[in-house]
Amino acid sequence: MISQLTVFLQNEKGKLSNLTRTIAENGTNMHAMFLADTQDFGIARIFCDEPEAVAQMLNASGFRASVTQVNAVYVPNEPGGLADLLDFCDQAGFNIEYGYCFKAGEAEAIDVFKIDGDGIDAALEEAGFRLAKPEDIYAL
Amino acid sequence: MYHQPDIETMPREELEQLQLDRMKWSLRQAYDNIEFFKKSFDDAGVSPDDLESLEDIAKFPFVVKQDMRDAYPFGLFAVPMKDVARIHASSGTTGQATVVGHTKNDLKNWGDCFARGIAMVGGTDESTLQVSYGYGLFTGGLGGHAGGEAVGCTVIPTSSGNTKRQVQFLADCGTDILACTPSYALFIADTAIEMGYDPANDFKVSAVICGAEPASENMRQEIADKLGVQYCDVYGLSEIMGPGVAMECAERGGLHIAEDQFYCEILDPETGEVLPDGEWGELVITTLTRECSPLIRYRTRDVTRIVSEPCACGRTHRKIDRLRGRTDDMLIIRGVNVFPSQIEQVITGFPEIATQYQIILTNKGPLDHVELQVETEPGFQIDEVRKLEDLKRRLEAELKSNLQVAVEVKLVEPKTIERSMGKAKRVIDNREVTA
Repeated sequence: MISQLTVFLQNEKGKLSNLTRTIAENGTNMHAMFLADTQDFGIARIFCDEPEAVAQMLNASGFRASVTQVNAVYVPNEPGGLADLLDFCDQAGFNIEYGYCFKAGEAEAIDVFKIDGDGIDAALEEAGFRLAKPEDIYAL
Repeated sequence: MYHQPDIETMPREELEQLQLDRMKWSLRQAYDNIEFFKKSFDDAGVSPDDLESLEDIAKFPFVVKQDMRDAYPFGLFAVPMKDVARIHASSGTTGQATVVGHTKNDLKNWGDCFARGIAMVGGTDESTLQVSYGYGLFTGGLGGHAGGEAVGCTVIPTSSGNTKRQVQFLADCGTDILACTPSYALFIADTAIEMGYDPANDFKVSAVICGAEPASENMRQEIADKLGVQYCDVYGLSEIMGPGVAMECAERGGLHIAEDQFYCEILDPETGEVLPDGEWGELVITTLTRECSPLIRYRTRDVTRIVSEPCACGRTHRKIDRLRGRTDDMLIIRGVNVFPSQIEQVITGFPEIATQYQIILTNKGPLDHVELQVETEPGFQIDEVRKLEDLKRRLEAELKSNLQVAVEVKLVEPKTIERSMGKAKRVIDNREVTA
């Protein structure tokens, strides 16, 4: 499992820059960020170094931040890489709450998922998928 | 246990006789010394001599807040200025300030009224009372202070503000009883927690005496739990005296009115008819001992009811129930009457939602629009849009079914809603008047 920093933001001008500036001033490097938005609010999902410490720092600075456990899986960077993984999840009965993907080098991509329920990591490994480790993505 | 046992546990018959004697005196005090009351009694065709029973008070005309504004500053004083020991004034945020005078005896009686509440939470001359109400023209600070002195407490007059210092005094000075507004009590508790304390275990404080603004049952519980204290609700208003008109004993079934000093009626606010005990309506108060500023049948605009069942604490004075709202606070939204306290009640049924909230009224277009801003509790999982949207929808549905008015819920970031040091500003009315 990977620790993802999650921050609740109002969907208003300047909120995201304020968040990223606060993280920057903390000297924290971010490795990936994905935004979910609704009319009123947004959720920033971030991979960064020392996610627990950053969440604490943000809460002390008046943000609503938490750390969420997500799954990260290596797939080959070729047609069908993601589709194979999703087929497996579907057949194994794992429902995906949200997900996103990014390229990791030329040959591979990392697919990230939030899944309701337990046991996904073991099931994936058993099926031959290679899981990303926290240290592959960020400094602990 | 009691501050004035002979008065607080006086048999009803004796107490009612005392009230009648004092009411006759108070009517005289008002009629003989204040032009306004002479004229209003004469216009209504009644004289102080017409009062033969307590119920006869219903023959007398009302006095309302506007009458007090019109009499600004000293038009309703019944004693010469040399006998006025102090004046207090309402904030005047909704109009001309109202000025109320107190003689030396008035101040002593006031101290005794508040002192009864201190005894209700177990306070004695060994206790330390921290008064975190604002000191000044507002009656909270000096009212609580007088109560503490009447009991013989060690009084710490911190006044409101400088919240970290408030916490420091709680931690270092062994405060037993904290007196402040409920929103400030919560703010102090949260600040203490942020500073790394566990107030319920780390602090000696065993009671809070909170008043001057409405607080829902859940908010009281939150204050009681976070600070680890007995919650005592205090009722009062500057026009009548200040905090201490009624105070809540440990039985928590309502607030004992200081009936030796005040006579309370409940009125149908529409018809002006007096309602029997137990029915909800507007509280109307007649002062029985006030020398400088006696008021006969003052319409408080507070909505409550009288609880007349005997109380297990042994006090014979009847109680008022927790205030349902203030007729002044009543919002008319799309023609429907809504009290902010009703909204607060709904919010506090959602443990995921923090108790701070703000209501924003606008009317872009023909209809009133209500936006309710709330924050989620730190423990609530914010990671999934679906859960946040679901929370928002459930809260909106609950509000709609309770208020009969559609409310749009907006989840906001922490600290967006201003924390209050005095009376919390819960409603922002940006509606333009078109009529």
